[in-house]
Amino acid sequence: MFYRESGQFSSSYKQDQAIFPLRQDRIGVYLILLVAFFGVPLFASDYLISAIFIPFLILALAALGLNVLTGYAGQLSLGTGGFMAVGAFMAYKFATGMPDMPIILVLLMGGLMAAAVGIMFGIPSLRIKGFYLAVATLAAQFFIEWLFIKVGWFTNYSASGVITAPPLAIGLPFTSLEYVFDTSTKKYVFTLSFVVVLALATKNLIRSHIGRGWMAIRDMDIAAEIIGFRPLQTKLSAFAVSSFLCGVAGALWAFVHLGTVEPEAFGINRSFSILFMIIIGGLGSIMGAFIGAAFITLLPIFLNNVPPMLGMNLAVDLVVHIEFMVFGILIVFFLIVEPHGLARLWSIGKEKLRTWPFPY
Amino acid sequence: MQDFLGEFYFFLEVLISGLLTGTLYSLIALGFVLIFKASGVFNFAQGAMMLFAALSFVGIQEKLGVPWPVAFVLAVLIMVILAYLVDKLVLGKLVNQEPIILFMATIGITFFIDGFGQTIWGSDIKVLDIGIPTGPLFIFDILIDKLELVAGVVAAIMVAGLAIFFSKTKVGRALRAVADDHQAALSVGISLHHIWIIVWSVAGLVGLIAGIMWGTKLGVQFSLSLVALKALPVLILGGFTSIPGAIVGGLIIGAGEKLAEIYIGPFIGGAIENWFAYMLAMVFLLFRPQGLFGEKIIERV
Repeated sequence: MFYRESGQFSSSYKQDQAIFPLRQDRIGVYLILLVAFFGVPLFASDYLISAIFIPFLILALAALGLNVLTGYAGQLSLGTGGFMAVGAFMAYKFATGMPDMPIILVLLMGGLMAAAVGIMFGIPSLRIKGFYLAVATLAAQFFIEWLFIKVGWFTNYSASGVITAPPLAIGLPFTSLEYVFDTSTKKYVFTLSFVVVLALATKNLIRSHIGRGWMAIRDMDIAAEIIGFRPLQTKLSAFAVSSFLCGVAGALWAFVHLGTVEPEAFGINRSFSILFMIIIGGLGSIMGAFIGAAFITLLPIFLNNVPPMLGMNLAVDLVVHIEFMVFGILIVFFLIVEPHGLARLWSIGKEKLRTWPFPY
Repeated sequence: MQDFLGEFYFFLEVLISGLLTGTLYSLIALGFVLIFKASGVFNFAQGAMMLFAALSFVGIQEKLGVPWPVAFVLAVLIMVILAYLVDKLVLGKLVNQEPIILFMATIGITFFIDGFGQTIWGSDIKVLDIGIPTGPLFIFDILIDKLELVAGVVAAIMVAGLAIFFSKTKVGRALRAVADDHQAALSVGISLHHIWIIVWSVAGLVGLIAGIMWGTKLGVQFSLSLVALKALPVLILGGFTSIPGAIVGGLIIGAGEKLAEIYIGPFIGGAIENWFAYMLAMVFLLFRPQGLFGEKIIERV
């Protein structure tokens, strides 16, 4: 009744090609952005912001990165944690090596270095496919982890291997003043701006010929090659963009969320949890990355808080094990019931809404 | 001269220890190969199955106080039930899905089994001792770990047994038929579900034996499922479909890893065991994408 395209006509090619051609969708997105930028900082508590919203946004960015590679370009990767670690550590090196570099540039440089490493580990994908590639990306994961633990240069020879990230500060133009993102609310807005800009950029990239190339390679690489997509450029660009996003996410995770840079934060379990996000959220969907990230971030909190509310007292390690089990069941459940994830449910819901309340 | 001999003996020791550790990897890899051959499913859960089997084995011994052969039988029974449930609840519902979906489903199974096993049996490190000899043994002045020797023998027996099972028995022939072509197998009256349950049970048995070996070596604990990840490079070296490949791959990875750790490790900071196997496998794949013994990958549009 309210959600339909009747009466809305595109009178130019540009209008027709808009990301959200439907007015209702646009209004919805603006509302979400409004709430995210103003509603949450104004009304959410500090704990809520620093324990839920910030990790959610950063993990969503990483999931977006993996989704570019696995969901759009069809290259299964188990090395996400490794690429995030590259972003975090290289951003740290830039921040300490060149203290004058603006923090935004530092984070982006972390992402770029991760992209370079991603391209290197993406080279085998030209010969290796499917599961074989998944194992090859494990090489990236373990090698990078080892590198940052063993090679002192990356941690500026700190004894413990855990290093404090520099404060987030932006020099204001034409003055010597600095604006420091010190409270969790400011950090949240900082992260949110990053995520929104990068998500928008990714969405547009996927709508361009580059993104169409990725999808062609995913659907059938030989056929894609025959119709003129070069596998080398297409696959490596997917690796580059994916690890860039993961790298930025890793840098944000270290600089904004943890405040420390440590290899343990980017272990193999991180890679898996991000893979789960895109499976549950939906492979090949930007929104899926966000829904999946929200789901995986909220589930442990839910499991931690609900049993005590019901009067059950579970031991801490038991909760962890139950969390494992629930994750496992959910993954299988989603693969059986809806292999395209929560994002698909959302679009089915929208289809239904178009004809509601008179479907015939 | 004396120095040179000493060096050489040391090299031999490292090599043999590596080869024997390699057979332990092969034991895990065997389970993967079995399932991949028969159902085309890349079973990520093999490591978790190994951990779960070993946990059940030790847990039954502890809780019921029965001698280990009884516990072994009960553990096998548990693995058969697990196989049945996996087929009934997961794979049966995912027939005709893409391999990658099935692979992700097994990741889900991995998480479930890991959590379930530790919920039931607890997560502390358990000692596993069923009288497998451990400790050093000297043959011609070369030090060999007894456990690794036993593992080597067990692996050899299992491979021989599986080879006979696959080639001589009726079930084995049915398994190969299913591996070859699901639909053709169905049309000559082979029940896919039976086959899958059998294969997953056998893989569970292989997992149990591998778990007992590794459990004797390291104690039964969660990190066993990380050891199982080492079986992945073994697999891609050997090829997913080849049982001899799993053995040879295991030997190469085991020996390569140990030698690299001793002779290259000190120059670049040590502890390279963690990633060396993966790198070796990756570089190897660049030249031979289907592994040593894998079937040639033919692609059609």
